[in-house]
Amino acid sequence: MDRRKSLKALVVGTVSTGVLLDACKPGDKKADAKTTAEVKEDKSPAGRMKEELEGDKALSTNKFFTEHELATITILGDIIIPKDEVSGSASDAKVPEFIDHIVTEMTEHQTPLRGGLRWLDLQCFSRYNNAFRDCTQQQQIEIVDQIAYPKKAKPEMAAGVSFFTLMRDLTATGFYTSEIGVKDVGYMGNIPNKWNGVPDDVLKQYGMAYTEKEMKECAKY
Amino acid sequence: MGDLQIKKNAKKYDAVIVGSGAGGGMAAYVLANAGLKVCLLEAGPMFDPKVDSAQLKNPWESPRRGASTKYRAFGDFDGCYWAWQIDGEPYTHVGDTKWEWWRARMLGGRTNHWGRISLRFGPKDFKRRSIDGLGDDWPIGYEDVKPYYDKIDRLLGVFGTNEGLENDPDGIFLPPPKPRLHELFIKKAGNSINIPVIPSRLSILTKKINDQRGECFFCAQCGRSCKAYADFSSSSALIIPALTTGNLDLVTNAMAREVLTNKEGLATGVSYVSKDDMQEYQVEGRTVILAASACESARLLLNSKSPRHPNGLANESNVVGKYLHDSTGADMGGIIPELFDRKRYNEDGVGGMHVYTPWWLDNKKLDFPRGYHIEYGGGFGQPLYGFNWGIENLNGTYKIKGKQKEAGGYGASLKEDYRYFYGAHVGMAGRGEAIAFESNYCEIDPNVVDKFGIPVLRFHVKPSEYEIKQAKHMKETFAEILHAMGAVITWGGDDGPENNYGLHEPGVIIHEAGTVRMGNDPKKAPLNKWSQAHDCKNLFCVDGGPFVSQADKNITWTILALSMRTSEYIVDELKKHNI
Repeated sequence: MDRRKSLKALVVGTVSTGVLLDACKPGDKKADAKTTAEVKEDKSPAGRMKEELEGDKALSTNKFFTEHELATITILGDIIIPKDEVSGSASDAKVPEFIDHIVTEMTEHQTPLRGGLRWLDLQCFSRYNNAFRDCTQQQQIEIVDQIAYPKKAKPEMAAGVSFFTLMRDLTATGFYTSEIGVKDVGYMGNIPNKWNGVPDDVLKQYGMAYTEKEMKECAKY
Repeated sequence: MGDLQIKKNAKKYDAVIVGSGAGGGMAAYVLANAGLKVCLLEAGPMFDPKVDSAQLKNPWESPRRGASTKYRAFGDFDGCYWAWQIDGEPYTHVGDTKWEWWRARMLGGRTNHWGRISLRFGPKDFKRRSIDGLGDDWPIGYEDVKPYYDKIDRLLGVFGTNEGLENDPDGIFLPPPKPRLHELFIKKAGNSINIPVIPSRLSILTKKINDQRGECFFCAQCGRSCKAYADFSSSSALIIPALTTGNLDLVTNAMAREVLTNKEGLATGVSYVSKDDMQEYQVEGRTVILAASACESARLLLNSKSPRHPNGLANESNVVGKYLHDSTGADMGGIIPELFDRKRYNEDGVGGMHVYTPWWLDNKKLDFPRGYHIEYGGGFGQPLYGFNWGIENLNGTYKIKGKQKEAGGYGASLKEDYRYFYGAHVGMAGRGEAIAFESNYCEIDPNVVDKFGIPVLRFHVKPSEYEIKQAKHMKETFAEILHAMGAVITWGGDDGPENNYGLHEPGVIIHEAGTVRMGNDPKKAPLNKWSQAHDCKNLFCVDGGPFVSQADKNITWTILALSMRTSEYIVDELKKHNI
């Protein structure tokens, strides 16, 4: 409906659909002003529903791992993601705390981790007469080398390989979703921005170019 | 329960709307702006993206690093309350049939997190039976809906380009964002094998359209809903503005129980239970507009039995709940070795793809009757739970900085691997048209009620050979595109006849439609071409229910257009005292 017709419609009666296009007109009154005030008061904290908050509260009091298990997870985590010239270690990024939390809600990880930790300790007992955490660094690396490479690991180490693979996945996911890890991997988004396309040097590197049509039609800022 | 009583709202409305998603939001917007008194019932709580969005949160701000929970299947930061399962609100299935039923419970419904893919149906999409003899033609055509597509393009904003395609009509578009690097790879590959790759069409404001809504600031997080109102959500773009008219009363946490009718069989209002106080309420209206989602609206109608409507309301045809269908879906992903060790920069872009592939083939030359479009993903995403999972499948396969390593590993060398592969992944998803069959339906399960005592839905949906063959074709196409761009398939490449070629279970694509369809023959359809019930003239349905078929297009833009069309019709009819 064009502007003239919509005005006419407004005059004709209170019941009209003509105001629709007015929403496109700059300078309209702000929708913000009344919105939330007019709506029934909602006491839940922003963006979380009641059931969700209750569920989170119940989770936060749950703890799964023992002190011994967490200590072992911490050592393993720092073997998987140690400090290097770019960034800190898994424990610097509080990965053990993340793993301790995530198993309370992803309960499918509980038995593989607990059982795997026990498997590791028993392997170490039979080889070095110590639990993993009490072994020397050299011994720890020796046993880790037996389970860190799925394709070359001995068949009798398969249970350890499964455990270590899960530990590596959880450690990596915990680390690279931490502040330290996001910086390390080089994710540069999540900030207000204007997208003007792939940088020129990158286009050049891959032999790509925007077409004339794209240059003409696409948004420019 | 000795003190159970029903509280009646003294105010009589011109319209009572059930559901605040795309269909309900549009109806509320049009009617409230037309000066009608409107009551909008929403089964979930208030949600204002400006306040409630998790936009710009960092992964470490979530104890689960953005992983999904039962409350948010698409992740902790996602903008949709509830998902496939809701505590205390079950649904059931006939035998071993499958239907995954997504239900959003919040102001704006699932439009707070949807993909913003805003595709018009084309002329052929309304007349499929005339083309291939399957399903039914709509009682309306593209020419009936086009004016409304034009209006919502202007009112709500959508970017894209006019390509002059026969069945993917041009629109009134904002400028699209330039393709990202992996999208340039996809486009180049597509060009080389005659698969079109064109700018996507998303309802995201790459330019400001009015003072109530901001301009996109390219955080790629439309799925969280937008604090700047720079993408289309029913909450921010329709209902919150409609509240400023003073004509709209919004009742949140109101779970509709049934549509009330009088002796003449006309709708008089809606009864609902309030989740806030668990009391029973009734609200009266001159018209009742259902927009609770295709299945939820069918459920309401089937539960609204009366002496005048013994088979449920609007159900003299006995097809309410039938013809239920979802978009088809199959996916595949790969890695582009040429993109290993990429230079870093912010490539967030808008939430979702900057390019897509509309259906490009002629089904007459294929062994399945309906098409699909392809959606693309990839690049430098924000790391979230699951990020870097399964490195052992990559780091023994490709040389890293010229060095062959053993798969798996640990230590500083492993950290190098994670950096090396970041940003090299690409994914694609086919979303196609399924045939609406009468034999695919939802009905009331006579044995089961939800926690409010409302009888629940029981589903019976099976994919046909048409959908399975279409999924097979999708997979072949994806493999071809990945191959053409020099990518290696990393997932989704092992599907075959044993799992229907990776065809998703129905419901999983979350495009439910068809359950309250429109048609000229009252014996075959509950609604007429205005989405008005044949057997109850002041009852309307404006969600995915009225869809006779749903095209190879996401249905939201058409829900909005049809809801606007029906709402204008309601204004007219009320004015003429026809209802």
